[in-house]
Amino acid sequence: MNAPIARLFGVVILLFALLVVFTSRWTVFEASSLNNNSLNVRTLLDELKIKRGQILAADGTVLAKSVPAAGNTWSRSYPTGSLFSQPVGFSIAAKGEASGLEESAGSDLRGVQTGLSSIFGQLSPRPVGDDVYTTLDTKGQRAAQQALAGRAGSVVAIDPSTGAVKVMYSNPGYNDNNPPAKSSTTDTTFNRATQGAYAPGSTFKIVTATAAIDSGQYTPDSVINGDSPITVSGVPLSNDGDKSWGPQTLTTAMTYSINTIFAQVAEHVGRPTMTDYMKRFGFYSKPPLDFPSFELNTSKPVAPDGRPYPPGSPNEDIGRIGIGEGGMQVTPLQMAMVAAAVANGGTLMTPHLIDRVVDQDGRTARTTNPTVYSHVMKPSTAAEVTKMMEKVVEEGTGTAVQLGGISVAGKTGTAQIGANGSNLTQPAFVAFAPADHPKIAIAVNVDISNGGFGGTVAAPIAKAVLQALLANGG
Amino acid sequence: MSARNRELLGLIPASLLVTAGFAGVFIQRSNALSNVSLTYGALFLGLCIAAHIFIRITLPRADPYMFPLVAVLASFGLVMIYRIEPTLARQQAQWFVLGLILFAATILLLRDYRKLERYRYVIVLISLGLLVLPRLPGIGYAANGAYLGVRIPGLFVFQPAEFAKIGLVIFLASYLRDTRQVLVQGGRRFLGITFPPLKQFGPVVVIWGLAMATLVVLSDTGSSVMFYGALLAMLYVATNRLSFVVIGLIAAAIGFWYLGTHIPHIHARVETWLHPLNPTLYHAPLGSYQVANSMFAQAAGGMFGQGFGQAALTLPNGGALLPAPQTDMIYAVITDELGLFGAVAVLMTYLLLVARGFKTAMLARDSFSTLLAAGLSAMLALQVFVIVGGVTRVIPLTGVTLPFISYGGSSIVANLVLVALLLLVSDRARRPA
Repeated sequence: MNAPIARLFGVVILLFALLVVFTSRWTVFEASSLNNNSLNVRTLLDELKIKRGQILAADGTVLAKSVPAAGNTWSRSYPTGSLFSQPVGFSIAAKGEASGLEESAGSDLRGVQTGLSSIFGQLSPRPVGDDVYTTLDTKGQRAAQQALAGRAGSVVAIDPSTGAVKVMYSNPGYNDNNPPAKSSTTDTTFNRATQGAYAPGSTFKIVTATAAIDSGQYTPDSVINGDSPITVSGVPLSNDGDKSWGPQTLTTAMTYSINTIFAQVAEHVGRPTMTDYMKRFGFYSKPPLDFPSFELNTSKPVAPDGRPYPPGSPNEDIGRIGIGEGGMQVTPLQMAMVAAAVANGGTLMTPHLIDRVVDQDGRTARTTNPTVYSHVMKPSTAAEVTKMMEKVVEEGTGTAVQLGGISVAGKTGTAQIGANGSNLTQPAFVAFAPADHPKIAIAVNVDISNGGFGGTVAAPIAKAVLQALLANGG
Repeated sequence: MSARNRELLGLIPASLLVTAGFAGVFIQRSNALSNVSLTYGALFLGLCIAAHIFIRITLPRADPYMFPLVAVLASFGLVMIYRIEPTLARQQAQWFVLGLILFAATILLLRDYRKLERYRYVIVLISLGLLVLPRLPGIGYAANGAYLGVRIPGLFVFQPAEFAKIGLVIFLASYLRDTRQVLVQGGRRFLGITFPPLKQFGPVVVIWGLAMATLVVLSDTGSSVMFYGALLAMLYVATNRLSFVVIGLIAAAIGFWYLGTHIPHIHARVETWLHPLNPTLYHAPLGSYQVANSMFAQAAGGMFGQGFGQAALTLPNGGALLPAPQTDMIYAVITDELGLFGAVAVLMTYLLLVARGFKTAMLARDSFSTLLAAGLSAMLALQVFVIVGGVTRVIPLTGVTLPFISYGGSSIVANLVLVALLLLVSDRARRPA
């Protein structure tokens, strides 16, 4: 009976080989597809077991921390609630959802989890991530919250010499301890500062003036006829109150925000040059912020059908774009970058929110070094545009931002929204201060106002935030 | 070196394994090496040496590798169970002690195991009776739709099928010894295939029909496959007729096809086997959640595993991520923590044990001993195949234990008795003529 026993053993070997083949199939050959299967919650569970690092403001205020939760896991707590909800975002590991810095700094906050494990398991049983120190300023952020006083809108403030984002506040915010569901109709996770699409209105005249002067076609003293209305792209364009200003210098046109002059300047400078300078300021591409891509909007002109114009498209109304209309859509972050470029002598620094990453032993793992995003204009141009913007605050539309001993350079914007003849406006203000050695560049946008102007609604908000930041030693 | 000294040496790896394993789990749990791990290792080594001395006295010529292989599997199982749930490991250790007592009792009472032949019909009736027990009101209970266990309230819970499998192998070994000549010579050729004579084959068919029917009533498909496979294996060894096996397999295929399409509980198992990642099945009650998570656990383990104590078994809310990790799913936990290499090492250990069993069958000098050893070894191999095959989706998942490793008193006690029988056969076979 030995021969059949030997053959039977052969069958057993075959059956066991089948077991080895199938074990290999799941552990090796199909492992990655199984690991990525949407029914598989193991990766999420691994995330829950990691003690993510803290997110802190520049002054050390804790904006996000990990607190122990059931079953050896951690959950996130946001001590400052809605004040920093937009830049900090939220992380719900159990759902695999994250936004803001929680998403973009995720790999730092989780720490480097080496795949090294032995038969005795990892020696550090509870993985701990690194702390992320941001550039955000608690006083400035709070001033923005108080100054907006519940109005929908946003404030972005940048240190022009480094690109450090000091303030990023968007109202309405949300409590990131309990973020609203993504599908809900009242999704307040929308970050106006980086995702908004505002008509910049006259704040865009800074870009037009820069293109005009830096390209050598105009000087601040060039005189242009400011009569109203004029015909731009076949459609009449008038000044505020249909006022005819007669011949005026470019500086005066900036001070009193004369639309007809800037529309002519933009048309004369021409589409290619305007497009070139817009690109230098960062338009037509996502802002280079260390922030999740899905929360960054590109500033660009958009056709009436909702599709963006390709850069330099012959269909765009360059005259109206030159005064911030013609379908121009910007984020407050982009306008703060415009102000920052002028403030920093024409050199635009890459904006950033993460100052440094510190590991659990207190060692600095990574520091963000200021980098140049682009050389937008010559320093001489920057100095001339700064003077023009100072005039706006000294005697023009932006007097409401005057800070006493500190000189401010700014530009107002008031976009009409709604039907023709509607009283509703979108006030905006872009500024930097102190004008002679700028420490803060700021952009303020308010969603909706009943007849208010950039100079009356947005400028006082900018003033309050500038005061808070400059009193800080800026 | 004598057989017994080889056995003693073979126990060293088992003790090292249990010490290292407990050390690993302790380090993972408390980040510190506790001397409890050494105590566990020492206690286990003590038990194994006691058993070894017992074998040395009673069965001096028995196969030297079988017991160390069993010790490796049992110690490994103890570590895995400890890692899953420490209280269960203590109970399992107690069951292991009881198993060793019954192991010794079997060897002492059945010095001449051939007297079992005299009681073969009693044994088969008791075995069939055991199989029906879980369906009896009051003491039987069902798990996942299958009637597997018997619960004597306040006393103990046990799975009769684990013991019935030994009784059925003893019966078949004895019956086939008597009839194998007739089965071979009295076969009739029909359409070129040799059919066994009905008169001698009848009782086998009847008893197996009964056993199958009982199992279908109990819905214990795993044991059913295991028993039927062992029957065919023993029939083949007894007659050396492939045609009998082929006829048996065809009959089984038809039977399982019918059951798989007509009995809801079995049909559901087949569906979850074929489509474990179907979201509807995944979320259905008694759906593919377990099978799918078995695959996910193995994928998480990869080539080398995540390390002892690293596999995720529960959800943060306390729910089971991998249901039944200490019994049905223990192979998935092993693969998760020790990877493909660890899992293959476990399978190889079983294969070596089965190989020693078949070797014993070949050495045995009488037909009953040969058939008994071959049947018990085949039963062991099939049990491993049925549960590991279920966990790795070679076949639909059914609830049988992984011998010596899974948590469960009946399983460890019954399998130690099975090994005792193999050692008895081995000792007799190696005695000088």
